[in-house]
Amino acid sequence: MAIVSRGFRGRPRAGGDRLPPGQYLVEDFPVLSAGPTPRVPTDRWEFAIDTEEGETHRWSWQEFMALPQERPAVDIHCVTRWSKLDTHWEGVSLDVLFEDVESAAEYALVHSYGGYTTNLPVEDLLDGKAWIVHRFDGEELAPVHGGPARLLVPHLYFWKSAKWVRGIRLLNEDWPGFWETAGYHEYGDPWREQRYEGD
Amino acid sequence: MERTPARRARWTAARLTGIRDETPTARTLRFSVPGWPGHLAGQHVDVRLTAEDGYSAQRSYSLAGPADGDTVELTVERVPDGEVSPYLTEIMEVGDEVELRGPVGGWFVWRPESAAPVLLVAGGSGVVPLMAMLRERRHAGSRVPFRLLYSLRGPDSRYYADELRRPDPGVDVTYLYTRGTPDPWPRPAGRVRLDDLAEGGWPSSFEPDCYVCGPTGFVETVADLLLTLGHAPERIRTERFGPTGG
Amino acid sequence: MTADHLDGNALAGPLAELFAVDVTAATGRCASCGLAGPIAALHVYGPEPGLVGRCPGCEEVVLRLVRGPGSAWLDLRGALSLRVTLPE
Repeated sequence: MAIVSRGFRGRPRAGGDRLPPGQYLVEDFPVLSAGPTPRVPTDRWEFAIDTEEGETHRWSWQEFMALPQERPAVDIHCVTRWSKLDTHWEGVSLDVLFEDVESAAEYALVHSYGGYTTNLPVEDLLDGKAWIVHRFDGEELAPVHGGPARLLVPHLYFWKSAKWVRGIRLLNEDWPGFWETAGYHEYGDPWREQRYEGD
Repeated sequence: MERTPARRARWTAARLTGIRDETPTARTLRFSVPGWPGHLAGQHVDVRLTAEDGYSAQRSYSLAGPADGDTVELTVERVPDGEVSPYLTEIMEVGDEVELRGPVGGWFVWRPESAAPVLLVAGGSGVVPLMAMLRERRHAGSRVPFRLLYSLRGPDSRYYADELRRPDPGVDVTYLYTRGTPDPWPRPAGRVRLDDLAEGGWPSSFEPDCYVCGPTGFVETVADLLLTLGHAPERIRTERFGPTGG
Repeated sequence: MTADHLDGNALAGPLAELFAVDVTAATGRCASCGLAGPIAALHVYGPEPGLVGRCPGCEEVVLRLVRGPGSAWLDLRGALSLRVTLPE
């Protein structure tokens, strides 16, 4: 049994029905990193979707920026227990990027500049649930937050919203990513508190 | 040779028995930890705080002095907007309890049976584990020559000021102020430079053991400068404390 | 690149929960570039969501440690070997 330190309260842990269980609210935007921050100039940036049949769809930065843009305002929830409400982003819906992609694959492995990976079901990327975003709060997305572009999948814990996103590989079998091979949950629904493997 | 017995670390209760202010933002906390196994100079402990509702937070702090029975000392700098350090430096009172895990870390340590001269380079609160080494030297009656280069903002941010002012044969202390100096002061305020290490340290031909502790950027800079001066990489031991403090 | 990392000394407490020897004083060899050095000298990112120890030479992952309630996950795939000094 842990010993209680008299007078220690820790961070405020306010409730509210927009907060999933076990989360607390933050006003700032914490930066968590598993490695050095990659610096990717937009003239060398590209984004690719590789299908299970070996077909590749690619976008340069210019091609990506010419696609229809959306401005999602969403709540985000980090597995390390902070949540941030009403975050404002700008980017391209994955529905747009998947428009011409022929695939029956059920699983996606997202990969990033710097080597990070994360996995999720393809259906969680579609139907207005996910974006590749390049602006936050009206400004260009800073490198520490994943700029020039990151994935945004706000209905899952935020480690699924891969920073410095480079591409998505479509797979017939689920392939666990960076944190999913080190104890974190393969799906990561904050409302079911799926933090660790087996939760 | 003193050796901490092999065992897995557990959390144990530690009761605050004394407080000493070091600067307006830092204080030394003395804890009583029944069954403390002893430790080496340079080792650290993990501190865990638990709230009434079960919420807990933990941080690492260096031990500030050599092992002394069941008593251990930490010096804690208050990090603005921190979660653990404001509790330790402002709220905690004598008699209150935290949990400690340790001692841990067997790399960044100085052993009194070592015969090589020692260079200590501290950035800010990175002086804490280096002070433990100086105190261990005195405690063990070692005659090994020590030099401490202590980089800090200004005279008001000195830790252990009285103790470091007292003459200690074989120990040289040099302050490297980065923002403001006493008046007059031979060295203008500024970050650590090659000259500081060349003049205040040991020639690399003496093969000193170098211990560098401070913020990540400081440690990188000093380690690079020491390599430039010809010190062997295996004689440079570093400990960084980074943005996750607080 | 940023200098926002800690070093392997920060692994000492979390690893001491798992092992009776101090792993940070052991010499590890990077599986990616072959560089050998003390675990204490790794560049460490974290502690949350997990501790990630990277090779100071090539920045590849050498070690990962995640601590959850009631379990710890340790991945040493990036370390070819660990040399631990033991008393005779």
